[in-house]
Amino acid sequence: MPARFLRFLPLLPLLGLLSGCDAIVLKPFGEIAQRQANLVVVSTILMLLIVLPVMALTVIFAWRYRASNTEAEYDPEWNHSTSLELVIWSAPLLIIIALGAITWVTTHTLDPYRPLQQTVAADASKPQPAPLKVQVVAMDWKWLFIYPDYGIATVNQLAAPVDRPIEFSITATSVMNSLYIPALAGQIYAMPAMLTKLHAVINTAGDYEGFSANYSGAGFSDMRFRFLGMSELDFDNWVKRARNSGDELSREAYRALEKPSRRDPVRYYAKVAPQLFDKVLNLCVDPNKMCMRDMMAIDARGGLGLAGIHNVARLRYDEERRRDYVMSLCASERGQAALAPLAGEGAGEKAARSAVEASPTRAQPQGETLSFLTDTNTLAAAATVTR
Amino acid sequence: MQERSDLMNLLFGRLSLAAIPYHEPILLWTFIGTALAGLGVFAWVTKLGKWGYIWREWVCSIDHKRIGVMYIILGLVMMLRGFADAIMMRLQQAMAFGDNLGYLPPHHYDQIFTAHGVIMIFFVAMPLVTGLMNYVVPLQIGARDVAFPFLNNFSYWMTVAGAMLVMLSLFVGEFAKTGWLAYPPLSGLDYSPDVGVDYYIWALQIAGVGTLLSGVNLIVTIVKMRAPGMTLMKMPVFTWTALCTNVLIVAAFPVLTAVLVLLSLDRYVDTNFFTNDLGGNPMMYVNLIWIWGHPEVYILILPVFGVFSEVVATFSGKRLFGYTSMVYATVVITILSYLVWLHHFFTMGSGASVNSFFGITTMIISIPTGAKMFNWLFTMYRGRIRFELPMLWTIGFMLTFVIGGMTGVLLAVPPADFVLHNSLFLIAHFHNVIIGGVVFGVFAAISYWFPKVAGFRLNEFWGKCSFWFWLVGFLLAFMPLYVLGLMGVTRRVSHFDDPSLQIWFVIAAIGAFLILLGILSFLIQLVVSIRDRESLRDVSGDPWNARTLEWSTSSPPPEYNFAFTPVVHDQDAWWDMKQRGYVRPQKGFIDIHMPSGTAAGFTLASISAVCGFALIWHIWWLGAAAFFSLVLSAIIHTFNYKRDFYIKSEQVRRVEDARTQQLASV
Repeated sequence: MPARFLRFLPLLPLLGLLSGCDAIVLKPFGEIAQRQANLVVVSTILMLLIVLPVMALTVIFAWRYRASNTEAEYDPEWNHSTSLELVIWSAPLLIIIALGAITWVTTHTLDPYRPLQQTVAADASKPQPAPLKVQVVAMDWKWLFIYPDYGIATVNQLAAPVDRPIEFSITATSVMNSLYIPALAGQIYAMPAMLTKLHAVINTAGDYEGFSANYSGAGFSDMRFRFLGMSELDFDNWVKRARNSGDELSREAYRALEKPSRRDPVRYYAKVAPQLFDKVLNLCVDPNKMCMRDMMAIDARGGLGLAGIHNVARLRYDEERRRDYVMSLCASERGQAALAPLAGEGAGEKAARSAVEASPTRAQPQGETLSFLTDTNTLAAAATVTR
Repeated sequence: MQERSDLMNLLFGRLSLAAIPYHEPILLWTFIGTALAGLGVFAWVTKLGKWGYIWREWVCSIDHKRIGVMYIILGLVMMLRGFADAIMMRLQQAMAFGDNLGYLPPHHYDQIFTAHGVIMIFFVAMPLVTGLMNYVVPLQIGARDVAFPFLNNFSYWMTVAGAMLVMLSLFVGEFAKTGWLAYPPLSGLDYSPDVGVDYYIWALQIAGVGTLLSGVNLIVTIVKMRAPGMTLMKMPVFTWTALCTNVLIVAAFPVLTAVLVLLSLDRYVDTNFFTNDLGGNPMMYVNLIWIWGHPEVYILILPVFGVFSEVVATFSGKRLFGYTSMVYATVVITILSYLVWLHHFFTMGSGASVNSFFGITTMIISIPTGAKMFNWLFTMYRGRIRFELPMLWTIGFMLTFVIGGMTGVLLAVPPADFVLHNSLFLIAHFHNVIIGGVVFGVFAAISYWFPKVAGFRLNEFWGKCSFWFWLVGFLLAFMPLYVLGLMGVTRRVSHFDDPSLQIWFVIAAIGAFLILLGILSFLIQLVVSIRDRESLRDVSGDPWNARTLEWSTSSPPPEYNFAFTPVVHDQDAWWDMKQRGYVRPQKGFIDIHMPSGTAAGFTLASISAVCGFALIWHIWWLGAAAFFSLVLSAIIHTFNYKRDFYIKSEQVRRVEDARTQQLASV
């Protein structure tokens, strides 16, 4: 009896869930993710209201009206029933009206751009703590987290105190990635020269996984980091630990860091170059480059005409990443195996640090370039003034 | 890499011996296997002395039936390639945990998942549904051929040329490592400097010309060439869905062409449409590609909805329930499919109102789709259901597709999408609708119309094996992915650290293996059916007691389809004719005006493939030469005045008399 057997097959995944696997998406530890999980469950139940009857009817009709069952009614010309049509169209319509209403409301309340109001878990009598600001840069193939309020930065490790809202500002260096910490909240893309936002809060201390959810090239599979939810006290210690590392994320160090690499060890920086995230976003960490903001200001005022051609080299960004990128791809051919032990022993950290030290600092812009730089700065300033 | 002389660079562009991946054993063996198989086929055809026949009767044929069959063969052959990619991915993901890196380095794995997506959508699903429409639509509307028979042949060979370029990338150079939609900046020159993305671009551009032209062709055919009496609301549902599909093709494919042109300009002449720097905006690409991409999924699913409508009505021995609402549902889906594209990137930072708008429009599509589902259900109600192969596939579809539809609506709720986007849940969802919908539909269609095409039925035993292997294999392969998605596992990952996930991937791999058995059973079914063709023979031309016009003619239909154009009085024209005691006319035949075959389509497509290859490898002289010979050949073709001929009434009489005798022998 194929038809009866079929009825139970769709239940297989439910059995799997019952067996106690770790469905983090449905059982997360942050309020936003929890509300998203609830929405997944509610929507599914709402739709099962119509899906289950359809599946049951399919099996029942297929069985009842099988050709061998000559007792069943047979009406070859019956093909229309207005009342049935009404039901057919209105049943899904009603479900969708309900689901649509839920969608409209939850999409607004769970909008990642919306600052968190009073979080449920926090004690309502105490004032809401100021949100923790974190600036995220997705690099090839690692994550940089800058804490502007603390002046520190980390690679491949993110920490936040429980019950304190976190405000992420997110961008990337080269290609599209997506920042996703299933325990904390839904994902949002990290895209070069673009800024995205995410507001979330973690409510249980723990060590959670975060990763890129959008394929970004050869090192994508290893683009993972740990997200630590910790008590206020532990978080302060964690910040101290970063401050004690003594390393500085200068503009030069940043440019060495953004070169493609994979399975990078956790790194802490005690100091961060001023306005670094803003420069990353504007593609001008390299002092020889013009910031996108300035270019846009010039363009907004009608552009420089032909003279603008002199700025082209200073606006190029992707091209200079090509060589590093290609080299990293060649390296990947020889396998991750060679890289794995490095990461394990912390030797990678040393190697990376020496790479930072050895990286040639570019000569200060001179002569012609400098004059253009001044030009644009004045122009950009002028643009700001006119506004 | 050593420097080459300027002359060598001029002659060969980027192409060098290093582009041949002879150091990769998997590819080497694949090449050896393919070459041996190719040689075998070549030797066999030569031994049979059939080259002339193949050239005249197939390659140059502009008969819509032959072209339809060739489309389906192309789709099935490419399915083997696409499935080989799938099973390699399943093996890799089942193995690569912890210290075990699996057998595919990212460099290879990333090409495989890109190729799998591109091949399955563009060179499996598209040729299969286009082939079905090509074969069936003219017969269903009582026409002798499509509106532009030469264009049809040209479209087919352009699709083949695109497929050939993708296949070539396996052995010369490499394919894109960007995912099947090649989002920039990753697909830009700076982050994908090698030939992979160029193969992608030119394969799709060349095949896209074919798809677009075949869309135009079928629209005109359906609008202008219906038999007298067949008003729009008397068209068979499959023809309706074909019409809507081709409207979608004509409206959507130019967007794909345009966005790929912009991407190739970025890659070839240093423009900055989608770069990070100099004012480029990759978001624009994402928008444009999905404005094509979402209608594309309806391009695939609508025709199989039509197939299911035909199959359910036929095998329930009953009129389709709610024909009118079925037609309106199809048209509503067609229109709405243009208003939902943003749901593919809720997570890219659109505002809440924009996200909810696109979420809700997406959900609205489920209303007409749900109505269709009910219509099939109530067609079965009070029917006499024969569980022949096409009906089995249909029941399989109805039970699995609703799950895919449900998870699809779930993904349309933006906050839910934030936690499920790009996860294996998403992968499970779209395989659920594509396998449960398109693939099951195509198999239903193949087993339904095969007797019409070949004159004998398909073997039932192996068909049932195929169905059960596919169904169980599909459930085993993709239900674990739903679970993995809920465990926060994302797509396109080639190596995992968490060992607790492995069991699910192993189950999925077993499912993929069962699907392999399903495919093998289907191939065996073909072979066995051809071997036993005499016992499976159907001379009636109407083995299923079916309802639409294609069953009124012989199996296989004569070159001219219908000796006399039928006159239609009812939606189920053939059923109606049978009820009224239709008598086949046996005399009074007249000459029939038919188009003649031409080699032009094959020639133009071959030159296009050469042109694409030259552009991929930067062999500029060859590209320019190919382009000019393309234009020249097209012009020369316009001077071909031997475009049509008449089948003499004598010959028609002979064919029809043979048919009369055949029918009398039943």
